[in-house]
Amino acid sequence: MDGLDTLRGRYLGAIADAADEAALEAVRLAALGKKGEVSLKMRELGRMSPEERQSAGPALNALKDEIASAISAAKAGLQDAALAERLRAEWLDVTLPPRPAQTGTIHPISQVTEEVAAIFGDLGFGVAEGPQIETDWYNFDALNIRPEHPARTEMDTFYMHRAEGDNRPPHVLRTHTSPVQIRAMQAQGAPIRVIAPGRVYRSDFDQTHTPMFNQVEGLAIDRDISMANLKWVLEEFFAAFFEVDGVETRFRASHFPFTEPSAEVDIRCSWAGGQLRVGEGDDWLEVLGSGMVHPHVLRSGGIDPEQWQGFAFGMGIDRIAMLKYGIPDLRAFFDSDLRWLRHYGFSALQTPTLYAGLGA
Amino acid sequence: MKFTLSWLRQHLETEASLEEITYALTDLGLEVEGVEDPGARLAAFRIGYVREAEQHPDADRLRVCKVETADGLQQIICGAPNARAGIRVVVARPGDYIPGLDTTIAVGKIRGVESFGMMCSERELELSEEHDGIIELPEDAEVGQRYVDYAKLDDPVIDIAITPNRPDALGVAGIARDLAARGLGRLITPAPEPVPGSFTSPVGVSIDASAQAHCPLFLGRYIRGVKNGPSPKWLQDKLRAIGLRPISALVDITNYMTMDRARPLHVFDAKNVAGDILVRKAAPGETLTALDGRVHTFDGTETLVCDANGPSSVGGIMGGEGSGCEPDTTDVFVEAAWFEPVSTAATGRRLKINSDARYRFERGVDPEFTRPGLEMATRLILELCGGEASEIVTAGAVPETARSYGLDPARVVSLVGMEIAEEEQVRTLEALGFAVTRTGDRLSAAVPPWRPDVHGEADLVEEIARVASLSKLVGKPMSRVTTGVTRPTLTPMQMRERRARRTLAMLGLNECVTYTFVSDTEAALFGGGEPARRLENPISSEMTNMRPSLLPALLSAAARNQARGHGEIGLFEIGPLFEGGEPGEQKLVAAAIRTGHTAPRNAWGSRRPVDLFDAKADAEAVLSACGAPVERLMVLRDALPDWYHPGRSACLSLGPKTPLAMFGELHPRVLSALGVKGPAVALTVFLENIPFPRAKGTTRPALEVSDYQAVERDFAFVLDDTVEAEAVLKAARGADKGLIERVSVFDIFAGKAASEQLGEGRKSLAISVRLQPKSGTLTDKEIDAVAAKVVAAVTRATGGTLRG
Repeated sequence: MDGLDTLRGRYLGAIADAADEAALEAVRLAALGKKGEVSLKMRELGRMSPEERQSAGPALNALKDEIASAISAAKAGLQDAALAERLRAEWLDVTLPPRPAQTGTIHPISQVTEEVAAIFGDLGFGVAEGPQIETDWYNFDALNIRPEHPARTEMDTFYMHRAEGDNRPPHVLRTHTSPVQIRAMQAQGAPIRVIAPGRVYRSDFDQTHTPMFNQVEGLAIDRDISMANLKWVLEEFFAAFFEVDGVETRFRASHFPFTEPSAEVDIRCSWAGGQLRVGEGDDWLEVLGSGMVHPHVLRSGGIDPEQWQGFAFGMGIDRIAMLKYGIPDLRAFFDSDLRWLRHYGFSALQTPTLYAGLGA
Repeated sequence: MKFTLSWLRQHLETEASLEEITYALTDLGLEVEGVEDPGARLAAFRIGYVREAEQHPDADRLRVCKVETADGLQQIICGAPNARAGIRVVVARPGDYIPGLDTTIAVGKIRGVESFGMMCSERELELSEEHDGIIELPEDAEVGQRYVDYAKLDDPVIDIAITPNRPDALGVAGIARDLAARGLGRLITPAPEPVPGSFTSPVGVSIDASAQAHCPLFLGRYIRGVKNGPSPKWLQDKLRAIGLRPISALVDITNYMTMDRARPLHVFDAKNVAGDILVRKAAPGETLTALDGRVHTFDGTETLVCDANGPSSVGGIMGGEGSGCEPDTTDVFVEAAWFEPVSTAATGRRLKINSDARYRFERGVDPEFTRPGLEMATRLILELCGGEASEIVTAGAVPETARSYGLDPARVVSLVGMEIAEEEQVRTLEALGFAVTRTGDRLSAAVPPWRPDVHGEADLVEEIARVASLSKLVGKPMSRVTTGVTRPTLTPMQMRERRARRTLAMLGLNECVTYTFVSDTEAALFGGGEPARRLENPISSEMTNMRPSLLPALLSAAARNQARGHGEIGLFEIGPLFEGGEPGEQKLVAAAIRTGHTAPRNAWGSRRPVDLFDAKADAEAVLSACGAPVERLMVLRDALPDWYHPGRSACLSLGPKTPLAMFGELHPRVLSALGVKGPAVALTVFLENIPFPRAKGTTRPALEVSDYQAVERDFAFVLDDTVEAEAVLKAARGADKGLIERVSVFDIFAGKAASEQLGEGRKSLAISVRLQPKSGTLTDKEIDAVAAKVVAAVTRATGGTLRG
């Protein structure tokens, strides 16, 4: 059939020339629409003899398919171009800072308290708490600090106001976390393993002292706990806390009214280049006071010193926080300066655990 | 407590080096705070001889001296009044460091005349406070010789800290005893030899019954014909080396006894003692001018040493001004008494007198050494000042201190965790002066009179352990509480505190730890300030009250941060507030404040001023983290504290009684009092008020989801301005509890424009109601029926109408 080649040429040319989808649609209607040229020719097939139809039919169908697929290919091309053009127009300045999100922080004292609790928790120590306003019995007498003991005046105790006519000795702001030992022993009896972190108060304010600071007390009472166990527990603690392989401690004999024997404990460290490294070097750093719980203290806690024995220790949370994280000034802990809080604070997600690492 | 190495060697025969001695001291519990070798510090100074001294041409008070020195004849300008020809002096050369001036000498011109060095005073060498003139040395000082060699200053001075339980170590003899027990040498402290008296003391002594308890023993002795000049050089050097100023032989001897044997004494000038001596209680109002130059008024509790004219010294603490010795003293009365520690401490504290005598008596002086101490002092006085001693006069008796305690050697090993053989335990105690006896398995140790601190077996264990050396202790693993996996140790409340903390930090707030005490102003603003919560002895006027709330400190912190230019401030703290002054009247709360904007300035328009709904969101987040049923909480407006904005604050509560949280905008007056540029919002969550869930277990209820299409319908109601959203929400929720899953507010149209459009005092509130069918897809008819119920319920509850 002549004329088909002409048709093909014309329509394929028109498809190629179509600038948009509307032009394409016009070409489709002209060729394949109800009254389209190709459709009309298809209709003519009915009037042909079977022989004619046999050759003209397939040729016409092929032309129809060819035009239809050329139209859809052209359509896809136009859509791609349109999308590309849209995306080009949607260019954004990706260097712009995003919407600011607020990030909060955890105070180093809270963080370190949790670290300490995580380590001692693994050794079976619970966390005990007690009141910060204490009777002088819990703060002093129960701990074998008799009224005349020089420690009472040397500790720079804060006293609470006492109303006229109230003849009880004035309450004190606890000068150490040790009264929590007594309360914990009274509440739980022996055997017992607890730490008692918290705020303590002494009337002292200078470069290195604040009238409020944080201590953690440790207490372990059982049938046969010895000072050698204390040394092991502390060495395990310091290695875990400072996240090093091992920390050697040095016990120096000392005196505290509530322990006997008593020892000041130093840890091995180096200060090379002003940087503290715990567990290595030739320097010693005094970090805590400790000893075997005095029988008087056990009795105050309702525990029979003939049957039970154990150790106690106390150290400054702020101080070990300063040592571990290189924080220079104690006073800044309580200043609430946002610059400090953001710099030395910890992310809310940084929950210390033993399996992930405390400072992880 | 300071002493020199040579002084220690008077009591301890030892081969040990200085390092070994200082290590042992610290290890024994006598912590070495410093070792000073004056030889090193003063090594540069040499002796010179002033050959000529002429008036400086341009300065009245300066002299131009020609001084023979190690470097030959030098010209040195000197302003000291005693600078003159013919004296032997201590010379610093250019380049030498003068410790007392903290400066290095250079060649200089003083008023036009060159000076090549300096002649030093004692103060300039830090030998004493003496600065009236330059040091003058005796004839035997050789020109060019090192001053430290001449003055025998190359004797290390050891400074140790003595814990309050060791009064025996407040004398060099006691320190030597500890070292000997450690095995560092042999104790060679000589026993004092008695001096027989040759006449009866013209001064008698007695103790009034009122003072028996505080001064059970008083000995004295009259020594006549003494000559009280400067003490000999060996004594002066000893005292100077440990920082004491030599005064006169008699005073120096008492100081020597104090430092050598921890035995305070007092020497009265006998011409000032009228009649006999009586030790008695003070009469209230009585006064005495003491050697410190202050007039002390007594309240009747003090123990006084008196003569016929009245008080002459405060017993065991300080002598009266008139009682001391002078250079012309010829007859003296020497007191050796024993004063009881507790009352001595109380008197010392009350009178605010710190003296070497008080320091020792209040810690406990060996009562049995009273008489030997007096004999030893007598011998020294006779030796250094001459004279003749009377017989000793005595009042009272040596207080009884004898006591013994049992000791189980096995318990020592068990407590310390170190193998210390029984023989070693016994040896240690005996070396420290305990008398040890054995009965069966147990030892018994009699306590020596110089150890008032030993009161039981535990003290004996401590003695054995410290001498055995705790630094030799080897750590031993402590058994675990459980054999398997470690069990949790935190209580539910401790977990709650931690969750609250990390929730607030997640919300963008910075945790603070503020002082638990606040100022009067801050306390008063937040409902505190009454006497019960006040400190009796605050350290400053900013820290007078136990805080009634955590907010004042957070707000003050906000003000400080605002002053530093911070515009977006969110601070929180978790800790106790105080409801009273009794133990336990404290409550754990989480408190937070926000002020300024929600974000820094940015290009996205996401910055807006904080408002009370930020505080409400924070409070609800904390409550939710702590397990409170937030959706069931009531929002109550009444009985709110007055530090909040009355119209912009509320409590979140389960019932009318116990609020779980408070939140709101702070009262502008409070903000201005604390210097905060407002507005600011705050919240406090009462962590202890939140009930713990009753169910234990970890199983969650099964998830119920419906497969049928949920439908949302929106309604806008025109309401009176004062109708609260909660009333609308509650009514809508109740309209069909089976179908209505959630009701939320999505639009509010209120204020001036709303009044104009909807009528005066009217607002529009739009809610979205989500219907979730459970048994079949909803038909339009069913949806319309629920919608009608919602409108009816809201209208009934609020008087509102559906907005057309």
